[in-house]
Amino acid sequence: MILAFDIIILIFMVVAAIIALNVKDLLSAAMIYGIYGFLICLLWAEMGAVDVAFTEASVGAGVSAVLFIATVYNTKRKSSD
Amino acid sequence: MLSKVFATIAVVITGGLLLYGVMDFPAFGDPHSPPNAGVKGGGESISQYFITQTYRDTKVPNIVTAVLADYRGYDTMFETVVIFAAGMAIFAILRVVGDNNDPTKKELSSDDALSQKGDHNRIIIGTTCRIIIPIVQLFGLYVVAHGHHSPGGGFQGGVLLGSSFILLALSQNLNAALRRFSEKNYFTLAATGILIYAGFGVACQILEKNFLDYGVLQKVLFTDGPEMARSHSMLGVEVGVAFTVTAIMFSIYANLSSRGTLKDGL
Repeated sequence: MILAFDIIILIFMVVAAIIALNVKDLLSAAMIYGIYGFLICLLWAEMGAVDVAFTEASVGAGVSAVLFIATVYNTKRKSSD
Repeated sequence: MLSKVFATIAVVITGGLLLYGVMDFPAFGDPHSPPNAGVKGGGESISQYFITQTYRDTKVPNIVTAVLADYRGYDTMFETVVIFAAGMAIFAILRVVGDNNDPTKKELSSDDALSQKGDHNRIIIGTTCRIIIPIVQLFGLYVVAHGHHSPGGGFQGGVLLGSSFILLALSQNLNAALRRFSEKNYFTLAATGILIYAGFGVACQILEKNFLDYGVLQKVLFTDGPEMARSHSMLGVEVGVAFTVTAIMFSIYANLSSRGTLKDGL
């Protein structure tokens, strides 16, 4: 476990989560959620849980972001709040 | 506005309680914590058992796969069933049978860039995906087949295989992907995956052992001992999981992106 690496990733994760919640454009929110998933995958890989990191990279950062984009495509693109 | 203030207070209180709970956790990687060292006078812990005995019991180097597919196989079987049920639920909610013009589609404002029909003959994206998709599929098959020796397994490999079909639908159009992997085929594949998994369990019962107790399958698989039978059964079970996950991932995408019509999607 490398502490400095962990802290940098955790800061980026918090920033990505806040931006994903606040951004008005839902397509951008889906993209930033993908970035959040990838950062959490990096954190798990660094902590030695490679199987979990692999699942997160494929499901969290890959497929779920694509599913969000497919949903945005069929609804409105802008958030109302 | 007021509701946002209350929501923030609730989130801060919940987060504070969670952080307070984390303070009782042992340090990361502490060898003397109860999960790693066991309770005093209570013998070795379950983690110690898995770390020292998994290779002797099953001849599988990846402990995570051994725990998921063998020691905890019943749980993983129903995880697969949950994924199947999720695909069925999305099918039941979204799928529109028969041809009807969707009126909601036209209400979208014209400045929604995504809702406009893009040019599906984009040459750079099409060519890149044509090269990438076979590599993704090959890697997915490797992840499934090698899941008990290196990180990976049925879920991850299945997602990779499913996303290769999603990539095909994204780079060309949904029909190009559905021509290769039709609705009938993917639901058959999804059900087959669960039947393979449950079949391994029932085969153990027929040979007069417990459900999913793979060791007894050595009589059928002609292996040297129960250890290799467990290793091979884990591979078979992972293939079943991969079938279901591949099919359901693509079915969810196909239904979501085309509003259940399976005609012109993203």
